[in-house]
Amino acid sequence: MKSLAELAAIRDKMKNKVVLREGSGDTRVVVGMATCGIAAGARPVLNAFVEGITAADLADKVTVTQTGCIGICQFEPVVEIYESDKEKVTYVKMTPDKAAEIIEKHLKGGQVVAEYTINNYKG
Amino acid sequence: MKELSLNILDIAENSVRAKAKNIGIIIVEDEATIRMDISDDGCGMTEEFIINVTNPFWTTRKTRNVGLGLPLLKMEAEMTGGYVEIKSQHESENPLNHGTVTTALFYKNHIDTTPLGDIIATIVTLIQCNPKLDFLFRHTMPDKTVSLDTREMREQLGSVPLNNPEVVQWMKEYLGEQYAATI
Repeated sequence: MKSLAELAAIRDKMKNKVVLREGSGDTRVVVGMATCGIAAGARPVLNAFVEGITAADLADKVTVTQTGCIGICQFEPVVEIYESDKEKVTYVKMTPDKAAEIIEKHLKGGQVVAEYTINNYKG
Repeated sequence: MKELSLNILDIAENSVRAKAKNIGIIIVEDEATIRMDISDDGCGMTEEFIINVTNPFWTTRKTRNVGLGLPLLKMEAEMTGGYVEIKSQHESENPLNHGTVTTALFYKNHIDTTPLGDIIATIVTLIQCNPKLDFLFRHTMPDKTVSLDTREMREQLGSVPLNNPEVVQWMKEYLGEQYAATI
């Protein structure tokens, strides 16, 4: 059985790890989590990013966070990716499968997946 | 919403935006009903706000003139024969003891009642997105109680944040085991 004591073990493990947290290379994945986003399926998308980023060993460089209504509810679930020195990329109508692809191609490979971005929908 | 747990996530996000430091999510189920209380120590609502808050054409947002979270919850609860009740103290009226409690009661056997759904995903999402806040989650069912308290977690974790990937994984398994347990 899982117990609270296991958290103390995680703490001890982290002590020995050099944490590069405040680096300027930090990337943020921001998921819209207002009523519109949640109703459209933002929760599984956010979880797919958290799990995929951990599995890809990117958790030290990429943080997943949330925001409110971005104002483009018809495109929810919306995910914005902020990287230092780069323009923000807005992915729309997201799914967990698209999230996995974006982790692989964009976050790992550095290539924006153009077909899922809002620019592709605005035409 | 397809799941009650998504309504819970949505309402708890109101607490986050109200700058709460402590958020409680208490679910009590018996054979006939499921009741949820989402409480916070955020800025609270004024009386005018509470009167208007379940009106979909009234919102705090400046970008648009509709807000759908609480009206949706109210409609869904009332469709099953239940209700939504909001109690709040605004910080301007009660500087020392302010916050909001939103209570929703659903009748479980009604055809319009949506399932609770993935409540673990809701709780873990809230904690991992708001690692500086404290959450108390408790779900009482006829045969067991599942709970998670981030303050207890912090006592063990020290300075390790609640959104550490291993901690997130631990929360999923910890809650999953409690739900799977039989007495």
